[in-house]
Amino acid sequence: MSQEMEAVIGLEIHVQLSTETKMFCGCELSFGDEPNIHTCPVCLAHPGSLPVPNRKAIEYALQIAAALECEVAPRSIFHRKNYFYPDSPKAYQISQFDIPIAGAGRLGEVRIHRAHLEEDAAKMIHVGESGRIQGSDSSLVDFNRGGTPLVEIVTEPDLRSGSQVREWGQLLRATIKQLGVSNVNMEEGSLRCDANVSVRPVGSTELGTKTEMKNMNSFRFIERGIEAEITRQKELIAAGGKVVQETLHFDPSTGELHSLRSKEEAHDYRYLPEPDLVAIVPTEQMIADAVASLPELPAARAARYRDELGVHDSAALLLSFETEWADFFEGVISHDSSIEPRAAANWVTGEFAAELRKQDDQTLADSKVTPAALGALVALVGSKRVSHGSAKSVLEVMVAEGADPLAVVEERGLEQISDSGELESIVKVAIENNPKPAEQVRSGNEKAIGALVGAVMKETKGRADGGEVTRLLRQELGL
Amino acid sequence: MASPELLTASAAETAALIRDGQVSPSEVLDTWLERIGADDLNGYLWKADRDAAVAGVATETKGPVSGVPVAIKDIFCTAGVPTTAASKILEGYRPPYTATSVTRLADAGMPMLGKTNMDEFAMGSSNENSAYGPVLNPWDRSRVPGGSSGGSAAVVAGGLAPWALGTDTGGSIRQPAALCGIVGLKPTYGSISRYGMIAFASSLDQCGPLTQDVTDAALLLSQLEGRDEMDSTSTGIEGGIKLPTATDLTGKRFGIPTDLIGDGMDPGVKAVFDETVQRIEGLGGTVVEIELPHASHGISAYYVLAPAEASTNLSRYDGVRYGIRESDADLTSMYEVTRGDGFGTEVKRRIMLGTYALSSGYYDAYYGRAQRVRTMIVRDFDAAFSDVDFVITPTAPTVAFGLGEKTVDPLTMYLNDLFTVPMSLAGIPAISIPAGMAEPEGGGSLMPVGFQIAAPAFREQKLLEASLALETAIGFDRSGGRVGS
Repeated sequence: MSQEMEAVIGLEIHVQLSTETKMFCGCELSFGDEPNIHTCPVCLAHPGSLPVPNRKAIEYALQIAAALECEVAPRSIFHRKNYFYPDSPKAYQISQFDIPIAGAGRLGEVRIHRAHLEEDAAKMIHVGESGRIQGSDSSLVDFNRGGTPLVEIVTEPDLRSGSQVREWGQLLRATIKQLGVSNVNMEEGSLRCDANVSVRPVGSTELGTKTEMKNMNSFRFIERGIEAEITRQKELIAAGGKVVQETLHFDPSTGELHSLRSKEEAHDYRYLPEPDLVAIVPTEQMIADAVASLPELPAARAARYRDELGVHDSAALLLSFETEWADFFEGVISHDSSIEPRAAANWVTGEFAAELRKQDDQTLADSKVTPAALGALVALVGSKRVSHGSAKSVLEVMVAEGADPLAVVEERGLEQISDSGELESIVKVAIENNPKPAEQVRSGNEKAIGALVGAVMKETKGRADGGEVTRLLRQELGL
Repeated sequence: MASPELLTASAAETAALIRDGQVSPSEVLDTWLERIGADDLNGYLWKADRDAAVAGVATETKGPVSGVPVAIKDIFCTAGVPTTAASKILEGYRPPYTATSVTRLADAGMPMLGKTNMDEFAMGSSNENSAYGPVLNPWDRSRVPGGSSGGSAAVVAGGLAPWALGTDTGGSIRQPAALCGIVGLKPTYGSISRYGMIAFASSLDQCGPLTQDVTDAALLLSQLEGRDEMDSTSTGIEGGIKLPTATDLTGKRFGIPTDLIGDGMDPGVKAVFDETVQRIEGLGGTVVEIELPHASHGISAYYVLAPAEASTNLSRYDGVRYGIRESDADLTSMYEVTRGDGFGTEVKRRIMLGTYALSSGYYDAYYGRAQRVRTMIVRDFDAAFSDVDFVITPTAPTVAFGLGEKTVDPLTMYLNDLFTVPMSLAGIPAISIPAGMAEPEGGGSLMPVGFQIAAPAFREQKLLEASLALETAIGFDRSGGRVGS
């Protein structure tokens, strides 16, 4: 009898902080610059050089701790994590080990285990066909990235599926982006996510043997990688096998999992309390400042849109995860108190976003449409001065030219037909000209009414209110 | 002003002559640059020429140390000037920057005479662990100068530098000062920046002066101490350091940790120690017996903690960025061959000890336990200082021993640090002043004996005052160490 299995997933997320300088020296942070120009005796680990912690990085870590509702350690220390590799010039990484700056916390449905400060490694470039160190002709090191401040966030194993990981990961990314402490760009590596995956019988509270999936550069890939790994583990166990603890790499192009190293090859990091640094002891004021500095975070924003403004769930999430879209949306609804937020949210995330994509894939920042202009258009629709259909044509012009919606409506005579006598006569003509669908409707096929609505819309060039047209048609047809 | 007189003047006296206009800084420098050519002790690894000596040095002449040249232990980074820590692995290395302490001296107008020999990466008590050959004791060239600051001690004792900079991790300033008959001061941990000082054991390493007398030690310390934003563990000494003036020890209490010093010293050393204790009493001081119950475990704790830190501090010498690279075959052989060839035996021994002590599963039994011993030693001193002002011991249990005498058995060598290590573990200031001469065990010409005085953290001023009064009473004749005299 095969037992039903569930997946248990925990994440380790590395966030590069967007401070001006590195974690332990004064070198500028950069991306894509000429190699090895942002270096000094400290980040090249010259003999005798010493680390000095970046105060801003500590403040950013405290902000992340506040956003994740973590307990802040009154006194946390750094350790040396020893390993030999050319990307680590000291041959140890300065990281936090048993006393991290931030302890237990929560984001959404996932508990945070801890968050700690550390420094990033340098970047290795392996010259040769393989692109990996094995089999490369030579390897180059770019120390520009070495020493970039990182916050590593470790979750409890509270996630259960690849899609949940994707959604939660997007929430975390949006939350950190909102704080303004990181660029959270996965392709550039300013946000990196490792996942620990195991499976166990449903109902069990014990954890199965886990595998670790390293460094995937999009949440879509992470979702796919995790799903592939869950399937592999379930099949393995169903076939009587055992999961072996190892580190895996998911290749999104082939959908295959490769083993990077097994537990036996795992490093002994010989952790040592870092004697070159004193403890981080945040003052009450620093912790209070971090809490006070928190903007409205995506989760809270989505809840407010949903619960207070009645915005549809999916639109609320879409807006909240993208700060600039949320700001735009709030600009739209503040244009006119008559605007219904739910409708405005649908316009912003629906027609407007689609029209931007359609017209040269514009970004919101590129767009000529101001929140006030879109607000004016939504208000015109709301007050039934412009039909939904006409409004879409107006929007097209607005996106292309940045025009004022009312001017477009007037110029093109798109104002909705508000005279019910005029509309009634158009409806009657439409029924006369389309006897076949009219008959079908009368004999009970209500769906056939669509053809009649279409005829009215064609005649009015979309200037009629769809609901009103249907009501008049049904009235005329005796329904 | 004739050069021979300059060469026997103390640094403070020379500084006064310059300030008074009796001699120019360039006369002083030329005299000393010529003098270092007489180094036949292998004390210098690199000697400056005139341009190199004054590079970056402030030319103002009215400061308290302006124009007085200094020898620098080769553990301090000096921009563009070879810096090897007496290791083959740093052969040819010229740092891109200068250590804060060296910069402070240059800013104070002190030219650099040269870089002095030492035990490789400051690991050793005899200066026999240098990749560039041992340093000879100027009092008897068949004997060691002590270590690890053996070069700095020998050149000051030999009259080959007015004063020198050294570092002390477990006794590396005090022990060679004792064996060479000069003054060596290890200040409180954190009082001088470690930035640019090549790390051996970061929680213990401390920069300090090796000088002809106590006044010079105070003068040099006054220039070195201070908080440095490049070293977040540095604090400076509140109130700074003034030249000491004390002439007696009235009201001062001195404690002898009898359980620590026991019988583990040469009779000649004990005789000088006892004689010095009587001098203290003669100056009005009170001497009592005290307990430092855990101090005798200091050596054991030290030889876990220091190698543990060293094993990670020395990991950066990997052939990737600077120093020698012995193999390009692949990554592992680059590491193995470079480090295998580059490090000497004692350094490798300590790296292996430290690596083992930090290994998963052994950490608590070794490193954790040694840390607890360290904490107990700190408490022992706290308790002692609630009763006495100073703790006194011989600096080393023996006088300078013969070259090659202790190299066979590292444990015997380690025991030479028995009296100096506890103060390092406690982070407190301690000074060695020459107290007399004694015959080595097994015979030979008389050799200097050092007397160690330790004080509570940041009480350097008190320590220097007491040391001056005692030094004056002892009246040690240091002329016997002069090279070519």
